[in-house]
Amino acid sequence: MNLRGHGAIVGLGITKQGKVYDYNHVGFAVEAVRLALEDAGLRREDLDGLLLNPGLSWGDLGMGSFQLQQAMGLRNLRLTASMNAGGATGGIMIQQAVEAIAAGLCSTVACVFSDAPLKPPAPATKPAERGSGAAYSFARGLDAAYGQFGINAAYALVARRHMHRYGTTNDQLGAIAVAQRQWANKNPRAQFYDTPMTLDDYHQSRWVVEPFHLFDCCLVSNGGLAVIVTGADRARDLKRPPVYIWGMGQGHPGGDPAETLTSGAGLAKESAFRMAGITIQDIDVAELYDCYTFTVLVCLEDYGFCRKGDGGPFVAEGRTAPGGPLPVNTGGGQLSSFYMWGMTPVSEAVIQLRGEGSARQVADARVALVSGNGGILSTHSTLVLSNQPS
Amino acid sequence: MTTYKKPIPTITPELRPFFTAARNRQLVVQRCTACAAYRFPAREICSNCLSTTAEWVPVCGRGEVFSFNVMHQVYHPGFADDVPYAVVVVKLEEGVKMISNLVGVKPHDIRIGMSVRVVFEDISDEVTLPKFVPA
Repeated sequence: MNLRGHGAIVGLGITKQGKVYDYNHVGFAVEAVRLALEDAGLRREDLDGLLLNPGLSWGDLGMGSFQLQQAMGLRNLRLTASMNAGGATGGIMIQQAVEAIAAGLCSTVACVFSDAPLKPPAPATKPAERGSGAAYSFARGLDAAYGQFGINAAYALVARRHMHRYGTTNDQLGAIAVAQRQWANKNPRAQFYDTPMTLDDYHQSRWVVEPFHLFDCCLVSNGGLAVIVTGADRARDLKRPPVYIWGMGQGHPGGDPAETLTSGAGLAKESAFRMAGITIQDIDVAELYDCYTFTVLVCLEDYGFCRKGDGGPFVAEGRTAPGGPLPVNTGGGQLSSFYMWGMTPVSEAVIQLRGEGSARQVADARVALVSGNGGILSTHSTLVLSNQPS
Repeated sequence: MTTYKKPIPTITPELRPFFTAARNRQLVVQRCTACAAYRFPAREICSNCLSTTAEWVPVCGRGEVFSFNVMHQVYHPGFADDVPYAVVVVKLEEGVKMISNLVGVKPHDIRIGMSVRVVFEDISDEVTLPKFVPA
């Protein structure tokens, strides 16, 4: 059974993002779902599915989606789960929702991510606990003894291999950061809306862990982000222009990413493009998961926008910036807007396909590619979205 | 040893053979007794053949720098005086990879492919860390 166009995103809820402390992780999730329902013109009672991608603040406690159900007083759900494949989960939740709807198990599903790893500034707080990356600084076993802390450090080892094998440079990684900043400067919701950046600014930004400057790394954020997914038939009667889900896929390659220098995009796109009946030439706008500049570069290669290893030269001339032939991360992405794991790229695709991008709107955007990437090039999801039913 | 301020790894039962060997100036890793695949860090089950039997065997301690980073951010106060410092991935001749540090080389002099050999640093009464120097 081909699920092309079977489901649609009909509601989008984005809470305040960034250094905001209005709620804890549960409260941000409730607020995001509430906003998404309001956007869709739906009520709580219309929801019969709830999928949660719990951010770090949810901890290891099980049944986060049930906590959320209780927190927002939802009754008689027919689908729920807490799902975690890292940054790929946004796309995976939407895929799960469409499959369940197509199978007749439920009709309307909220898919939500929330997190609140940032603490309010307090003089007594130690710097290591205050830094935005601190929540991601966990170390396992022997690693800590050698000073290997966190995701930044582990990702850096993979990026260094790419530089070694293919000649990728910081100028090229910086070009991605600059391009996305230019997009963010057109997006009032972006944390860096008012802050332009040049390639020189990028090089001047402090090293976090070489080869990553500060501006190679995403903006760890507090907030919540939800979408409402329902069947295409129902979607047409709702308040907002439906964003149809044309294609879905996952790819989880396993092995050592420092050896392969490859994400799961190659696998995931096969399923998603086949379902959608598209080729890469059909994509008008690409919202690519960008925990780091480097992740964008690798995924541009793995989706086939350029040859493997040519990601650096491909981005160096501003191809992905405003005015370029391939608009990428048009809201500023996680680097310059906000980091809601896999839901950041989903949300910007919805905005573009609804034509609500204002100053950053890509003209005639009809087909959007959305990627999600978890771990260190470990898990991957692909969505092909369109504002056309078929 | 009381002045050592960096994290001291816990000697877990699964890693005890590793630390015992290190104290005796020997580098050991696990090898699957069914398919002979080397592995590190320790695992209960071989990810190559799913066998549950393994032995700790000495390796030659020589290899090359497979990758490295240079840490600038302080995540643990014990490293505050060390930044910027490098963390290396050493690929041993047996093919297994290890996170470690390269002793006596400035971070920006490190190159992928550099030949290295193991050395041992006692960091507490019980714990010895294998590190590497240029070979």
